[in-house]
Amino acid sequence: MSQHKDYSGAKLCMWLFLFTELLLFSGLFLLYSVYLRRYPHEFATGGKQLNWMLGAANTGILLTSSLFAAMAVTAVQRDELRRAVYLLCGTIACAAGFMGIKYIEWSTKIGHGIYPGSEHLKTGPQGESVFFSLYYLSTGIHGLHVLIGAALLGWIAVKVRSGKVHATDYVLLENGALYWHLVDLIWIFIFPLYYLIL
Amino acid sequence: MTSDTGHHIISYGKLTAIWLILLTLTVLTVLITRVELGGYKVLGALTIACLKSGLVIAFFMHMKYEGRLLRLLLFVALVTLAIFIGFTFFDVLYR
Repeated sequence: MSQHKDYSGAKLCMWLFLFTELLLFSGLFLLYSVYLRRYPHEFATGGKQLNWMLGAANTGILLTSSLFAAMAVTAVQRDELRRAVYLLCGTIACAAGFMGIKYIEWSTKIGHGIYPGSEHLKTGPQGESVFFSLYYLSTGIHGLHVLIGAALLGWIAVKVRSGKVHATDYVLLENGALYWHLVDLIWIFIFPLYYLIL
Repeated sequence: MTSDTGHHIISYGKLTAIWLILLTLTVLTVLITRVELGGYKVLGALTIACLKSGLVIAFFMHMKYEGRLLRLLLFVALVTLAIFIGFTFFDVLYR
């Protein structure tokens, strides 16, 4: 018995979902640019406190993770299932590295008393408080997406391993990879906006 | 573009080439924002970010090889986004 599979429908749904995600993050970027105009100096002071080298390292890690995810799709299409599992593990390892660096960044900032509602920000200029609130919100929601994406790809890797996802039925992997690339896409904008241009 | 059942397969080599371009563009972004260019560095950094997104969407996300429906939807989403951002800026800049 063969199940009915609507390949184009599944992918269309995934893209529609990705568009809503895009609009969610665009809202945050819009807030950022409106407040940047209102508090240019405070944003500059805030941005200079972020470590751009850690941001750059995370950009490299995420781009590499995206490469692995895209390669995993190619591997499954060519029925190289074992390689696909390894590549997905590579993506998940990159995700762990990304979150590790994020942890270092956040804990350093929190150690310096910089977190939403902290005394340091409450007594300082208002613009800086807005900057760090937006920084925590944007990187926080992005980090949540990294965790969800990594869990999703881990689940898919198990399915590839058990042979449920293979060369003729791999839309699950393709959609999982699409989600992962979206996470990468958002970071491509977060990195210059928060770490570089200020 | 292959038939309906056979989907386009992007080779490992091509994906790696795209990845190298993305890394190069990242280095370029860092370089242009480390020198003092005033307002141009914002423009430069965002232009490169858009370029990088284009590459990710076209190749990693296979959009270059998708049919008309998905490409049209992407276009609609981007136009919506442009209106969303454009009109907010009209409000913010000329209030």
